[in-house]
Amino acid sequence: MKPAPFAYAKPRTLKEAIALLGKHKDNAKLLAGGQSLIATLNMRLSAPTLLIDLNGLKGLDRIARKGAKVEIGALARHVDVERSDVIAQYAPLIARAMPHIGHPAIRNRGTFGGSIAFADPAAELPACLLALDGEIEITGPKGKRTVKAETFFKGLFETAIGPRDVLTAIRVPAAAKDNRYGFSELSRRHGDYAIVGLAASARTTSKGLADVRLAFFGVDATPLRARKAETALTGGTIDDKRLNAAVAALDLDPSDDVQATAAVKKHLAGVLLKRVARQLLETRT
Amino acid sequence: MSAHTMDISLTVNGEAVNERVEPRMTLVDFLRENLSLTGSHVGCEHGVCGACTVRVDGVVVRGCLMLAAQCEGAKVETIEGVSDNGEIADLQIAFEQRNALQCGFCTPAMLLTAQELLKAGGVPSRDEIREHISGNYCRCTGYHAIIDAMESVAQARAGGKK
Repeated sequence: MKPAPFAYAKPRTLKEAIALLGKHKDNAKLLAGGQSLIATLNMRLSAPTLLIDLNGLKGLDRIARKGAKVEIGALARHVDVERSDVIAQYAPLIARAMPHIGHPAIRNRGTFGGSIAFADPAAELPACLLALDGEIEITGPKGKRTVKAETFFKGLFETAIGPRDVLTAIRVPAAAKDNRYGFSELSRRHGDYAIVGLAASARTTSKGLADVRLAFFGVDATPLRARKAETALTGGTIDDKRLNAAVAALDLDPSDDVQATAAVKKHLAGVLLKRVARQLLETRT
Repeated sequence: MSAHTMDISLTVNGEAVNERVEPRMTLVDFLRENLSLTGSHVGCEHGVCGACTVRVDGVVVRGCLMLAAQCEGAKVETIEGVSDNGEIADLQIAFEQRNALQCGFCTPAMLLTAQELLKAGGVPSRDEIREHISGNYCRCTGYHAIIDAMESVAQARAGGKK
């Protein structure tokens, strides 16, 4: 199908973009990489009267370490995040997730901020931010504010971004020596949205793992932490018995979808938990 | 000019193009309808099949997930361009020799995607090749012949450089 008619604006400044949002309210949509938005326009699942193309804004695509954090500009393209030395060194969980996002042609256009703002429940990056205790910078008419990933994802495709806001940056804590990460997903074809996926972070200590954060995706309306399984993996040696206990503690309640039944998803979540827990025990190079 | 048309200037296969388009027109429709470059195909129109793959500013993109309006000032290359200038002649020959196509619907996009990987240099593993073309559906070949063709061209190009 073809999109319904709309007007097109390409503001030069963030201020201009926010003013346009204020003027056109819900009738306007922000266009970043367009890899989800244009598909929904083609399918006429969405019919805005104005597209505000953010690709003319300068300086929103930087990837840099800032003190104890790594900042990723909202317009950084997936391909640039995937190839970034800063990400490889200081945000290895994100580096690990990048090859799973779409296909090369999609990653050449799609943006990091776009994935977070769209908040597809089966997408990799929202779960990575949740696992990393990351934060999202939002710019609105009154200036900037920062929202923790924990409270940013509110429901199905619903986030803390208001109707006059633009997501401008993402920040995650820079990886320290004792941090450990794990990532795995199951999809029908490499690069497709996951049936189930898991992004995880932890700290290794002399007493076993601490600060375990398990963020599942594809199992609920938003990425979801499996807190009971986190507790089950905390402290002590992780052997098969502990892994089975963690799987048994998985408090997920997925629904059937076009890809798999709830029972299959739950089973696969357990498979992923075991794989990712082993990754958390590996020494990071 | 009404709110729903706009003028764009870009280069397509090295030639300057100035056209009036509706903002809602996707890049692949623009290439096919306005410029009669029908080598780029329209399949699923939501980014899954990859048949619409074209190159914009040197990298492959989905022609159905980019608007013509976004290509102001861009350098667009299609299968017609890279065929005419000989850039992928060796890939085209290998595809033919190894039966890496049957109906041919996916082939222009497959060639452009293949060229992006091979242009990076070296001889990618078969797994890397599979991963790189994972976003391009082929319903005829079962992919093996495509991977054979890509691998042989990568080897030939690497050998030729010695």
